[in-house]
Amino acid sequence: MLLIHCPYCEHDRSELEFRWAGEAHIARPETIAEISDEAFAEYFFLRDNDKGVTYERWRHIHGCGRFFNAARDTVSDRFLMTYKAGLPKQPVADVAATEQTIETYEQTEGDAR
Amino acid sequence: MRKYSVFAVAREALRGHKGWQPQWSSPEPRSSYDVIIIGGGGHGLGAAYYLAKEHGINNVAVLEKGWIGGGNTGRNTTIIRSNYLYEESMDIYEHSLKLWEGLSQDLNYNVMYSPRGVMMLSHNTHDQQSFKRHINANRLYGIDNEWLTPEQAKAYCPPLDISKTARYAINGAALQRRGGTARHDAVAWGYARAASDRGVHIIQNTEVTGIRRGANGEVTGVETNRGFIGAKKIGVSAAGHSSVVMQMAGVRVPLASNPLQALVSEPLKPIFPCVVMSNTVHAYISQSDKGELVIGAGTDQYNSYSQTGGLQIITHTLDAICELFPMFRRVKMMRQWGGITDNTPDRSAIQSVTPVKNLFVNCGWGTGGFKATPGSADLFAHLIAKGEPHRLASGLTLDRFRTGRLIDEAAAAAVAH
Repeated sequence: MLLIHCPYCEHDRSELEFRWAGEAHIARPETIAEISDEAFAEYFFLRDNDKGVTYERWRHIHGCGRFFNAARDTVSDRFLMTYKAGLPKQPVADVAATEQTIETYEQTEGDAR
Repeated sequence: MRKYSVFAVAREALRGHKGWQPQWSSPEPRSSYDVIIIGGGGHGLGAAYYLAKEHGINNVAVLEKGWIGGGNTGRNTTIIRSNYLYEESMDIYEHSLKLWEGLSQDLNYNVMYSPRGVMMLSHNTHDQQSFKRHINANRLYGIDNEWLTPEQAKAYCPPLDISKTARYAINGAALQRRGGTARHDAVAWGYARAASDRGVHIIQNTEVTGIRRGANGEVTGVETNRGFIGAKKIGVSAAGHSSVVMQMAGVRVPLASNPLQALVSEPLKPIFPCVVMSNTVHAYISQSDKGELVIGAGTDQYNSYSQTGGLQIITHTLDAICELFPMFRRVKMMRQWGGITDNTPDRSAIQSVTPVKNLFVNCGWGTGGFKATPGSADLFAHLIAKGEPHRLASGLTLDRFRTGRLIDEAAAAAVAH
């Protein structure tokens, strides 16, 4: 279970209090009725689904109820930072993204011996 | 390839089992192939097999970054069924189920397909209405699916608690008798052996790091950790890593990669005769031939490639299992693991040509890809060989996210499947 820092409450809370809310910094086109089908599909369906650092929205649904943004490493699931909604995309240090997959099965088996 | 048979077993028994051959060869990669399949799971190995068998294309390589069948093929709960709601889904899953029925004979490899019946529990009025709609749609389409009362469900699966005061009381169930399970490793190994026998190269521990394009934008091959390998056509069958591989060719696909967990118990004597799933409380359970209870849980809510997941997810599933089957309350769980599922917005798969010439993709099978393995592989081979989708997979194109012709199984089943 993830431990998530809410930038509004300024507390670390368990994932149970939060709801994931998709990729962050996606702006709804202001002329949504006029854009082409391709542009709409791009806005509505296509996502980066990054392996490594990803920017995403979370909502502190069982706390303050507010949306905020987070930078997280999708390989280690480690949060690099959380920041308030409305702020621009925050740069993260290059320390991020170890490209090493965590093999839980082998690790558990090794410990059991 | 030496055929497996009862005579082969007898012969080897007399010879001290010294005559068995490796099931597939591990050749050095050639400098180029007609077709490269990226991803050595069931879908990829199967596609290579059907390319060779059905379309006469033998100059094929399957590139796998780890070991074959070590991804989602080896991590799922092996449930097989075809009782989906929409015709596009029924077409492909029923095609697959029919192939499952003859797969062991076709591959000369025992995949242990066991049509023991898949029973889906209904807990409330919404479930009941939804399942009966599925049953009616399936029967009109020639697919078996039937409604059971709680008493009939109990008769089919005696460990089930059907008392009115149960925490997750049931008001009926939908049963597909032809549904069941198969041995997941055997599917990967069986396809690998049969494909290798037809000349397909199975190249493990080889990770694709880039896709090279020619002057006209068409694919010309892949960069790997073992160097460049040329290809006239490339089929991507990389499950949870499909977004990553497709990005190498500059193609974005509408996928979210989420962890999905499963776990097995200590081995028990035969006690559980069928597969039971409850979408409402996220519990999926069957018993393997080794005796372990095989239990599937729900997905985590966030994107991840970590092949692990939150403890609260499996806790929730075990809570439901213990309520539905009180006799399992003191059973110990032995192993737990996660796989990375590739989920599309409408929870239906993508099998499609792409904006890049000669690059094809088979992804988005999400939480239910194992059951589709033979059908998906067969139709993907057709797509690669002919350059256009087979009739049975014609609705699964990438284009549907532009046209809006979605196959909304997520809403139909009220859950990932």
